[in-house]
Amino acid sequence: MTQSSDPVRIVITGMGWTTPLGDEIDAVWERLLRADSGVGPIDRFDAGAYSTNFAAQTPDPDLEAILDDSAPHAHAGVNTRFALAAAARAWRQSGLDKRNGVNRRRIGVYLGSGEGPPDFDAFAGANLAGWDDEKRAVDMGRWVKAAYELMTAQRELEQEPNMPLSHIARAFGAGGPSYNCLTACAASTQAIGEASEIIRLGEADVMIAGGAHTMIHPLGVTGFIRLTALSSRRDDPQGACRPFSSSRDGFVMGEGAGMLIIESLAHAKARGATPLAEIVGFGSSADAFRITDIQPDGEGAQATMRAALSQAGIDPLSTDDTGRPPVHYISAHGTGTQENDSIETRGIRAVFQDNAPKIPVSSIKSMTGHLIAAAGVVEAITCVQAIRTGFVPPTRNLTQPDPQCDLDYVPNEARDLNSAGGVRVAISNSFGFGGQNNTLVMKRFED
Amino acid sequence: MSASPRQVVITGLGAVTGFGLGAAALWDALLAGRSCLGPITRFDASAFPCRLAGEAEGFTARDLVPKHYRKAVKVMARDIELAVGAAKAAVEDAGLVTKGAAAGEGDAPPTYPSRRVGCHIGAGLIACDVTELAAAQSTARDESGRFSHTLWGEGAINNLPPLWLLKYLPNMLACHVTIIHDAQGPSNTITCAEASGGLSIGESKRVIERGEADLCFSGGAESKINPMGMVRMDMANRLAHTADATDGAAIVRPYDENAPGGIMGEAGGLVMLEGMDSANARNARIYCELAGFGAGHAPWSDDPATRAEGLRFAIENAFDDSGLGPDDIDAIVPHASGIARMDRDEAEALRQVFGKRLADLPLVTITPNIGDGMAGAGGVAACVGALCLHHQTIPARLHAGSWPDDLQAGPTHQRDARLRAVLVCTNALGGQNAALILRTT
Repeated sequence: MTQSSDPVRIVITGMGWTTPLGDEIDAVWERLLRADSGVGPIDRFDAGAYSTNFAAQTPDPDLEAILDDSAPHAHAGVNTRFALAAAARAWRQSGLDKRNGVNRRRIGVYLGSGEGPPDFDAFAGANLAGWDDEKRAVDMGRWVKAAYELMTAQRELEQEPNMPLSHIARAFGAGGPSYNCLTACAASTQAIGEASEIIRLGEADVMIAGGAHTMIHPLGVTGFIRLTALSSRRDDPQGACRPFSSSRDGFVMGEGAGMLIIESLAHAKARGATPLAEIVGFGSSADAFRITDIQPDGEGAQATMRAALSQAGIDPLSTDDTGRPPVHYISAHGTGTQENDSIETRGIRAVFQDNAPKIPVSSIKSMTGHLIAAAGVVEAITCVQAIRTGFVPPTRNLTQPDPQCDLDYVPNEARDLNSAGGVRVAISNSFGFGGQNNTLVMKRFED
Repeated sequence: MSASPRQVVITGLGAVTGFGLGAAALWDALLAGRSCLGPITRFDASAFPCRLAGEAEGFTARDLVPKHYRKAVKVMARDIELAVGAAKAAVEDAGLVTKGAAAGEGDAPPTYPSRRVGCHIGAGLIACDVTELAAAQSTARDESGRFSHTLWGEGAINNLPPLWLLKYLPNMLACHVTIIHDAQGPSNTITCAEASGGLSIGESKRVIERGEADLCFSGGAESKINPMGMVRMDMANRLAHTADATDGAAIVRPYDENAPGGIMGEAGGLVMLEGMDSANARNARIYCELAGFGAGHAPWSDDPATRAEGLRFAIENAFDDSGLGPDDIDAIVPHASGIARMDRDEAEALRQVFGKRLADLPLVTITPNIGDGMAGAGGVAACVGALCLHHQTIPARLHAGSWPDDLQAGPTHQRDARLRAVLVCTNALGGQNAALILRTT
């Protein structure tokens, strides 16, 4: 296994996000520290009668203002548009808009992006045109005729999960290794981890890594309602997502994107780029338990945290001279479901033991909602911001503590850790529906 | 990049294709030059422009999962079933006993530590069952007969089964496989259309090289043989319009400029990748080494020579990874979609890499036999490449049209061949490319 003594150090040199709270790094960060909520009524379709009729929606970005040439992306799905906007900001921050002589072949992309939104009206239209009440079956002749009349090639193609990747590779001239993974809610964390390994191995000099997703469409909302995974607190949408609170009743959907530019420290230095933080550990595991439930002791969560910490060369049980644990902030998966939050807590306790209660843990999903495949990268950026500023964002709506959740969740108010030495090491957890788990360890950049 | 620190080998093959379960069934059919392409039976395709496919007729995961897991088959889209079948075939072929392979109490315990087994299974955009969704949506029609979100939200929504969404999440291929076989190591789901399988095998290789796992289920699975899948593929100009033709092998004509398009085939293709040390320690049969892997992205261009860069970079990266070069390759298992534009790009990339030598290299094209397996294609191709090396044999090849002079793509019988290394490559419509180099051990 690669240890921290590995000569190849991986740094983040650019960040961008497109979130329900905005799309500039600093402005969104201020809102997170203020515990602002991005949740409101769903207006993308007529969701009024759905048992969950609210979500954290993200405005469609103005790509003409953000990209040098937005024309090739005019028909892109909204998930891809989120991705392009985030990538453009990250690209600019990294200084790569001048390209610095980086060869196309040495620039790769690794995204954890979800499918584009379905063309629901056309799909439902075809289904109903084909439905035969007497036979209780679809007449495929009528269905296919309607499908060809109602659906468009562009909108169908843009649903492919590799489309955000394809658009980004085109917009930024990437010809190196390119991947999209879709491990549900863990996808973009996994993408960043694997992108780091691609840099470490020397298969690329620069990786654009992150993800984009929206499931705020009729079939997505329907699917999660049927799974009883969503909060149905219709009378209090902004108070609905309550990670670690005893009254939590499910997650709140969000949407958006986040992108990082990552490269080796040597490469960043050679082109004069400023490292924002270092990626020092990545872990991946599978619960291998049930498709609907998490392993009750958080074994999968423990395995991925342990793997990531081991790669970072961090002993979770150690303390420094002042008695401080080796990790100073945990960005929790913290979805606000009964099951996740107590099991994640158990997993953190098992890994950090006596150190666990001393580590601030928070879930920004209480403010941004759950960006599904894109959640991980947005939370990774949160970790970098915590490292850069010394502040950690709060868990909003945590007014009713749960005895099953007995860690320090930074309830309701951001915390200034600067007097304690700030945040030198932060970890981000992401656990996918179905049991794929990923953890990243990020560290303050010190030359 | 230099030769990898830890050698990675293939010790198990698992395929589900139109020839049924198991890589051996596929191999026998390829040797004999048979095709499984025929009229679609999974749904009434008589009004669809493409009515042929390679269906894994009679295959169901129900017969292949442990008894206690049978209920879960109800929440498996066809793609997931193909992955589950391929995984069982691969793990048994590798001589491994897993939680899922053990039939009952008293059986031999699993032969490896669960944490040391990873799983990388590529998947496609899974289409939902039209009949199931339409039946539910029909209960939400307003007076004008149109779908009403109000009626849906107020109660008709409950006519969809609670776990409906889980059938269609692409990561469920890997999740079911990891649960059945208790594979708790690193796990990923790569979704890059046709390149998914090759990229997944590459990622498993890296995970094993890094020491994070000793064994991985690796490859992909997909079935586009459903109404939505076929409409999407046709709208993307991928499908031959077959009308009432029944001979699919006459339609799929790789590298033929006048080919009418591709035909979809159901495909689950997984290999068991393993560290050489781990394989030797348990005296496993080794089919071949996975000596090299590379990926690359095709630039957007109107010029085929420029577009070909993506696959060329992938192949060159795989050469760098393996320490081998074009002269070391003795056969190629290409994607060979039968779609003229994609085949043109692929042939161009192969020309750029191999130059004149390309004319001497047998192309093992399997799409006339099984169709285009999409996310399942790379894993199936890897199985075929491994079998070519293992048996030192080039299977028969079907071709009913014309092909460029500098490509060995025409019809032939099976033949013995001295094969040192085989290149397996896949290119995706979205621009992603993967190349694998398999080498005899």
